[in-house]
Amino acid sequence: MTTHHLAHAVPSRRRRGRGRMTAFSALGVAAALLLAACGGADGGGGDRGDVDAEFNEGESSVVNPSDRTGGTLRYAISSDFDSPDPGNTYYAFSWNFSRYYARTLLTYTGEPGEEGTELQPDLAEAMPEANEDFTEWTVRIKRGLRYEDGSEITARDIEYAVARSNFGAQALPNGPKYFQNLLADSEDYEGPYANEDDPLAGFGGIETPDDHTLVFHLNRSFAEFPYVLIQPQTAPVPPEADRGERYQSHVVSSGPYKFDGDYRPGVSLNLVRNDQWDPSTDPTREALPDRIEVELGVDQNEIDQRLVNGGLDVDLAGTGVGPAMKGTLITDENERNSVDNPQSSTLRYVNINTVLEPLDDLACRQAIMYAADRDALQRAWGGDIGGDIATQIMPGALPGADPSINPYSSEGHEGDLDTARQKLEECGEPDGFSTSIGARSDRPADVSTAEALQQSLKRVGIDVRIKQYPSDTYTNTQAGSPSFVHENDLGLTVYGWAPDWPSGYGFMSKILDGDAIREAGNANISELDDERINAWFDEVVTVEDPDERASIYTQIDQRAMEQAAILPVVFERTVLYRPPNLTNAYYHVGYSMYDYMALGATRD
Amino acid sequence: MTAPMDAPESSQHADPEAAARGSGAANRSLGQIAWQRFRRDRIGMAGGVVVLLLILVALLAPLLASWFGSPPNQFHQDLIEPLTGGVLRDPDDPAEGIDPWGGISTEHLLGLEPVNGRDLFSRIVYGARTSLLVATVATLVCVVIGTVLGIVAGYFGGWVDVAISRAMDIFLAFPLLLFAIALVGVVPDGAFGLTGNGLRIGVLVFIIGFFNWPYIGRIVRGQTLTLKEREFVEAAHSLGAGSAHIVFREILPNLLTPILVYSTLLIPTNILFEAALSFLGVGINPPMATWGGMLDNALRFYTTSPHFVIIPGLAIFVTVLAFNLFGDGLRDAFDPRSSD
Repeated sequence: MTTHHLAHAVPSRRRRGRGRMTAFSALGVAAALLLAACGGADGGGGDRGDVDAEFNEGESSVVNPSDRTGGTLRYAISSDFDSPDPGNTYYAFSWNFSRYYARTLLTYTGEPGEEGTELQPDLAEAMPEANEDFTEWTVRIKRGLRYEDGSEITARDIEYAVARSNFGAQALPNGPKYFQNLLADSEDYEGPYANEDDPLAGFGGIETPDDHTLVFHLNRSFAEFPYVLIQPQTAPVPPEADRGERYQSHVVSSGPYKFDGDYRPGVSLNLVRNDQWDPSTDPTREALPDRIEVELGVDQNEIDQRLVNGGLDVDLAGTGVGPAMKGTLITDENERNSVDNPQSSTLRYVNINTVLEPLDDLACRQAIMYAADRDALQRAWGGDIGGDIATQIMPGALPGADPSINPYSSEGHEGDLDTARQKLEECGEPDGFSTSIGARSDRPADVSTAEALQQSLKRVGIDVRIKQYPSDTYTNTQAGSPSFVHENDLGLTVYGWAPDWPSGYGFMSKILDGDAIREAGNANISELDDERINAWFDEVVTVEDPDERASIYTQIDQRAMEQAAILPVVFERTVLYRPPNLTNAYYHVGYSMYDYMALGATRD
Repeated sequence: MTAPMDAPESSQHADPEAAARGSGAANRSLGQIAWQRFRRDRIGMAGGVVVLLLILVALLAPLLASWFGSPPNQFHQDLIEPLTGGVLRDPDDPAEGIDPWGGISTEHLLGLEPVNGRDLFSRIVYGARTSLLVATVATLVCVVIGTVLGIVAGYFGGWVDVAISRAMDIFLAFPLLLFAIALVGVVPDGAFGLTGNGLRIGVLVFIIGFFNWPYIGRIVRGQTLTLKEREFVEAAHSLGAGSAHIVFREILPNLLTPILVYSTLLIPTNILFEAALSFLGVGINPPMATWGGMLDNALRFYTTSPHFVIIPGLAIFVTVLAFNLFGDGLRDAFDPRSSD
């Protein structure tokens, strides 16, 4: 869910700003944008020579490999961090970026392609060891690791970091709460801020028998626990330096860079080298640049222009260029080679509610699956560059993803209207029926998806009414609330999902497990409560072999498609601009953006 | 648009001076004088003609769309280049690239919308319906509330006036746009027995009408204050007329002209407001065409399909300008002293 929430909260905020301006004079803006368009057309030039790379090369290989150190790497973003504090962040870009100054127990392998989803030890000496039923996990950390001030990193600092981000009423609010949910013997623990003398008293979920060992006690079997240990919440925090949410202004570094001055929200964050970091202990950080600068709150159009003109190296958000620049880049033959267009792990889809009449009847849901014009739906996301037509639920990079799951195929992806009509007859609605589709009003592609689906379902007499909601509240109180869904007849809801970690469990458990249905912030919006799927989810967390788990995920995917609970639309592709002077650029599947730890710049 | 001629006629009967003089070629009524003046005001006339045309367009939208376009929600994706959403120069040969004119042709007079390929002419024409409907009904709400409360405040004075005047100040100080965004988000579907776009239009009309009435209210109150001191009102008083008679028979008819003028000037403000809300995505639900919504959509494509920004922008521009010129013309015609 990381990229989902976060990454996409970003453009919506951007749009708000634009909207406010235009409220005063819609015309003024139209005129101004036209001027900008004209300016952009000839202002983007510059003599840069040929680019020695191909279109989308960064999806599968490292572009511009180099071990040249030095220089400054310049980032900018249109919004801001939720927090640069590793214990208080859920934005995917922030998880990626915080590795500059916060090392975690485990981390992703720094490789392009599917290998990027594999884990390796970072602070840990080796991969964690589990007991027989996956309820107890032991991790040993490397010796001699130091913070920026030279003091040693201990297991207790990691225990403290987990405690502050997960437990008690004052737990840091932004991050996920997997530890709170999974750790045993911690129900009564009120968090480290409740007891100043002994912050960890009563925290039974993690044991630290010595300075270099952590034992995690879980309240249930969970074979995928190592994925939880890549979270920035496992980065050590020295208790004496912790100032709660204000710790973000100067995070004590355990990585190759440290804060240069304070983090200034909405303005900047600068990093310089941390001489206490020992490269020989670190498997994943290249640490090429001498200095890293982040500008916050820069308009997206400006970011895009500066990227193309060489005034900036990376758009920190990692969600791709804005729509205006996208149009320019993909129509410009010269710039195409500087564009990466990788498939992210985000699925764009439409929930089909399994409870509301007449969709409680499987055949009625299947009629929608057959009647949907996937070609039109893909167009709503910008054609082949916006995403690949999805015929299954799990994105391609996840183990167990099987593109051959395609129960509702049709010629040209335009829908199988005859079968759709048969299914309508089967469910007793031969003339079609009516329902509503919910969409986020400030997400143009969501709205286009709703319009395209409305048109294609009309062909078989299914009458769909579009209802728009603000994205701030959509996931929690509208689409995310089953009672709201029922009251407003939201048989269909446009949605998007990205995994917290790259596995079938990380991707599908919240959107398909019947036990995950909740009253607010519900992600299983179709309210699918299928016995077989629920049982598979219970089973899979006790299976040690990753391949065996992958085959269970394939079964879940297949079954959910047959149950017609989710109409997959596209596996999203982003349009990333890769400036020619950027070195070691490749798309990392785990973060769905460039691997920031690898990047360097050839410019001083 | 028969209003400007009707209203002054009724005021003719109500205006005791005019009535006393009787009708005659030399003694033209206020309405006739105003019409003569208005006819000489070319800019105002031009505005009036455009307004008239716009109303015709809105009323005849289905006919116009079927004669010159295609249904407003019909997709033409075979004419669209999927990657940029732009209109193909040649649908049979996608390699030709996209048409910088957005597919303007005899078949699609104003070209096509990006991505879906809906006919822009039809959507502009249908958009005129939405804009004018919301703006006109909202203005009517303003007028009704503003007139009633303005007369009450002006005529009765005292604490009633204080209370209503303060209420107007409060309403004018309200952050209307923010309130609208919040309200549209929370009103549940099915509220007041309305669903879907019926509800959306209702909410828009309510917000715009309910919060803009003080603009009318203040003018009506001010006019009432002067009118109630006039001789004919005092004469009615001394003849023993009651408040109801004075308000409805003596004062109200004399207010019709300012109300007409200012409501004409309020309509363009309300059109812009509706467009702004649709632009922000809190207005009408798609696929119903609105100019603000089109403009919002267009901003994603301004590099590849500039026509999609220009056309709805021009529609809003022309409409607002026409109503403003028309309103100014009316004001000058009825009250030449106010013009400079």
